[in-house]
Amino acid sequence: MTDVTLENLTKTYPGETIPAVNDVSMRIEGGSLTALLGPSACGKSTILKMIAGLLAPTSGDIRFAGQSILHLPPNRRDAVMVFQNHLLFPYMTVGENVGFGLKMRRLPKKEIADAVGRTLEFVQLDSMEKRKPSQLSGGQQQRVALARALVLRPKILLLDEPFSNLDANLRLEMQQLLNSLHQELKTTMLFVTHDQEEAVALSSKIALILGGTLRQYAPAVSLYQKPQNQEVAKFFGAKNFIPGECASGYFDCSLGRFALPDGAPDTGNILTIRPENFVIGADGNTENSVQATIVSKQFLGNQTRIEMRKESISFEALLPPHIAEPFEEGTTVAVHFPRRSLWVLS
Amino acid sequence: MSNGTVTRQEDISHDGLSGPAWFALILLISWLVLPLIPLGIWSISRSWFFPDITPSAYSLRAWTYVFSTTSEVLPALGMTTFIALCATLLSAIIGLPAGRALGLYQFRGKAVIELLILAPTIVPGIAVALGLHVVFLNLGLAGSFSGVLIIHLIPTLPYMVLVMAGVFANYNPEIEAQARSLGAGPIQTFYYVTLPAILPGLLIGSLFTFLVSWSQYILTLLIGGGRVVTLPLLLFNFASAGRNDITGAISMIYILPGVVLLLLGARHLTGRNSATESLRQI
Repeated sequence: MTDVTLENLTKTYPGETIPAVNDVSMRIEGGSLTALLGPSACGKSTILKMIAGLLAPTSGDIRFAGQSILHLPPNRRDAVMVFQNHLLFPYMTVGENVGFGLKMRRLPKKEIADAVGRTLEFVQLDSMEKRKPSQLSGGQQQRVALARALVLRPKILLLDEPFSNLDANLRLEMQQLLNSLHQELKTTMLFVTHDQEEAVALSSKIALILGGTLRQYAPAVSLYQKPQNQEVAKFFGAKNFIPGECASGYFDCSLGRFALPDGAPDTGNILTIRPENFVIGADGNTENSVQATIVSKQFLGNQTRIEMRKESISFEALLPPHIAEPFEEGTTVAVHFPRRSLWVLS
Repeated sequence: MSNGTVTRQEDISHDGLSGPAWFALILLISWLVLPLIPLGIWSISRSWFFPDITPSAYSLRAWTYVFSTTSEVLPALGMTTFIALCATLLSAIIGLPAGRALGLYQFRGKAVIELLILAPTIVPGIAVALGLHVVFLNLGLAGSFSGVLIIHLIPTLPYMVLVMAGVFANYNPEIEAQARSLGAGPIQTFYYVTLPAILPGLLIGSLFTFLVSWSQYILTLLIGGGRVVTLPLLLFNFASAGRNDITGAISMIYILPGVVLLLLGARHLTGRNSATESLRQI
């Protein structure tokens, strides 16, 4: 269980002025399953490749258990990468693919065979050992790629969008497999994804990367409920940003005065609430309630979107369809902003 | 049921070669094989005068001479083979990275470089050789083995580079990164991952390179200045001296590697092997 630390990690590609990765510092706890989340080309894969040793950082340091590993070539790092494409060696059998890393480490044949057999059992492919990769399905190929990396018991397993080429059902299955492998082996895992649901479902902590910089590094719940700034909030689907002023536990804006939860920032000029947290049609006299007019209502399948307006401020709620049903466009309703779901941004 | 389909398909592939296809095949074979027949007969004839259809007397005299020490055919055969092997090896060493760069990367001036690499196949060799002869004289390379070897690279390199560029255009270099990440050093990565992927292309490139070097006459003559004697030089000497029997015998030796390599390489060149394989799997 190795702690992996990134220190002011920066990468500027030759011939470019804007760094692809800009001053990223974070500590990945040994044995954790951490996600690097961000839109495509935000620099998250670049970070992964620098840890794997496939790219040299422009500046900054990478430490495994406190020791800098920048001087080590990729094959000496014990940081094994699994790519988006399975990248299995086509002319080797499944068993030879999984045993490749151990063969490179010059382990005795008997030991390799045992480890390969055990690891293939882990990913439920022990019957496929003699097949060629081209005879497997997409999901099986990616499972072989996982086994090929895990058999080495790496200090850190790096996964670069490992499931994004698979269809939705298979992806879910693979996520569950990865989760159970992690439970079993306790290998430190860092995986890159652009899919926030995947990141939230799998990882204990998420590092959100936008435009090459680390915006927030926290457990998923915090990213949803306590985003550090508007960009993070927007990335995780926050919709309502109401301007105003913070004043000792309260937020004043043109909608009125709102009581803030304990632990909310005491500075900041934007009040935010996630659309799914509104309570509509409550008793208008409770705290944090306003009268607003329903501007539009749209059925989305598993949710209904209701857009409301009071004076010049409009906000959006997502409600379960059966709850939203009685509210008609054009009517005025009491809208409750539950104290616990309010957050202040600056 | 499916069995019946298979046989029918195989039948079609065997008997299907009919009419024009057969005609073309026979024409091609005659084109390649017929000219060799008189040479073969010449090599075992004692006297063969116009207008006789066949020689009036046979003997193995020419063959005995060719394999004797006085003829110097065997040293020339060795020299030709050695130069062709060295030229192939050097072409591979230069052509592999060059082809990789051309196949994998986009860069400024790529089209110009590709044209320059192709140039020796377009520009007549003798023009290049005459110009380079002066340079080689100054460098002391004229009349030496290394001089001949270097000049052979001019016509051989384009084949290797272009074949390798084609191979690398369909190659994903990330698989090397994957191997490195799994613990393979640079040499292991090349041996276990890169080489198997590019081997068919490398073999075809080497085949071309070997045969192009093998058949060089004018470049060897100009730069070697008669001091580096290869088989085509000897062949030309005997041909111009009117010794048709010896010319025939040397020719038989001379075409040997071409035929052997063609037979060995035919599976790769035509892809027939994989075609029949996939037919069998249906």
